[in-house]
Amino acid sequence: MWALEVEDLAVRLGEFWALEGVSFRVPEGAFVAIVGPNGAGKSTLLKALLGLVPFRGRVRVLGRPLAEADPLWFGYVPQIKAFDRSFPALALELVATGLLGRWPFRLSSKVRAEALRALARVGAEGLAERPLGRLSGGQLQRVYLARAFVRRPRLLLLDEPATGVDRAGEVDLYRYLEAYQAETGATVLMVTHDWEAAHHASHVLVLNRKVVGFGPPERALSEECLRQAFGHLGHAHGLYVGGSGA
Amino acid sequence: MLEALAYPFFQRALLAGLLVSLLAGLLSPFVVQRRLSFLGDGLAHAAFAGVALGLFLRGEPLWFALPFTFVVALAITFVKERTELSEDTAIGVFFALSVALGAVFLAKAKGYVGDAMGYLFGSLLAVGPEDLWALGLLALLGLFLLPLWGSLAYATLDRELALADRLPVVIHDYLLSGFLAVSLVLAVKVVGVLLVAAFLVIPGATARLLSPTFARMTLLSLLLAALSTLLGLLLSFLLDWPSGASVVLAQAGFFALAFTKWLFPHGK
Repeated sequence: MWALEVEDLAVRLGEFWALEGVSFRVPEGAFVAIVGPNGAGKSTLLKALLGLVPFRGRVRVLGRPLAEADPLWFGYVPQIKAFDRSFPALALELVATGLLGRWPFRLSSKVRAEALRALARVGAEGLAERPLGRLSGGQLQRVYLARAFVRRPRLLLLDEPATGVDRAGEVDLYRYLEAYQAETGATVLMVTHDWEAAHHASHVLVLNRKVVGFGPPERALSEECLRQAFGHLGHAHGLYVGGSGA
Repeated sequence: MLEALAYPFFQRALLAGLLVSLLAGLLSPFVVQRRLSFLGDGLAHAAFAGVALGLFLRGEPLWFALPFTFVVALAITFVKERTELSEDTAIGVFFALSVALGAVFLAKAKGYVGDAMGYLFGSLLAVGPEDLWALGLLALLGLFLLPLWGSLAYATLDRELALADRLPVVIHDYLLSGFLAVSLVLAVKVVGVLLVAAFLVIPGATARLLSPTFARMTLLSLLLAALSTLLGLLLSFLLDWPSGASVVLAQAGFFALAFTKWLFPHGK
């Protein structure tokens, strides 16, 4: 069964098309790394799949049209942005929103226990009662990941989850993702600039407003695909050395 | 205070003040966390233009201020949602428009300018039985906000996550603006245009300094808003101070205490 079927997807942001004619199919249980230059539409693609931006084209999730897909099938880890650190909240409460779909006024013992289990899964049970505003970028990323895990999603969508995380934290992040996938068979789509992570994915989607390449890393990360996606910028990043982009 | 309670005008003032403060206390945490303080000022001036329109047309000013402010609140939200202008810019445009319209209506409502002054400073102790009924009815609307608390709080922290969970965030934005408009018009009657924003800002700001969670912030905001009204009315009765100003001074007093606690968290 296909976890995701995208056909001729196009997204218009203001006056320009951020994505055009994007088509690909992701088998269930795949780990897809989405790569491409800045402004390639990688985050926009995730937002379209979540229904956050209007789009043209067809998207089916686990065999159903996107509009009929249960929001609980998706676990989303957004880019760690300048979120409002003045909002009074505990890490446990943010994780609970993954179960409740709203902000909790009071945590029931069942929700609390599940949220604590999700935090433990990412080694962050010690952060449960900590104010969100006082967490570091890496800690916050783990709390957002626990929030995604707690609903046991069938699709995990991650937008540059390793940004602002040190190397050890990055290794942990991929370990948590692998463990979750091994346990649940979930499908992962991850926007990344980490070439090493892309080489370890089962599939790579190379995007530059259109699909430049899609398939196993050895095919999608070929020099030809990377040249099409990155053009002369690829030289600056050393993507073509050895022909693999590694 | 007990002696004052024997007077019907004081009973009405107390009830009106509590109704307004509870509604404003519920909204205040959202105003503070969504950085809508300027919206409070903008809508207060829209309410003033509505009052001036009522005076010009010789009707009950509150019943003109209510739809006028409501429409301005929705218009500000509409401009913000449909353009790339920031919220404060949208508010600034309607703020100026409201003041200009208010000036025109007042100029045309010759002989009623004295009444307009009453709305600039409010008059809690002059709340009549009809005003109380209107306030009670309008405050009931506030109850509709309670089931939305969790969704509004979620979108306040992370709008994108709330949208991804398919919450009707945009509709909720309009509802919140509408409720803000209603509570502002209620509060204008009792504290006046010049001080009304305080009702929507100070209880939430004080509660934020004392609360680790948004739920506790909301409860504390409600409690502080109600306590400030009681204390303010007592001050007003004992010292013969203007009632609206007394309530705002009581709110500011609680804020000063909370700020002191924030600066010296362990009592050092």
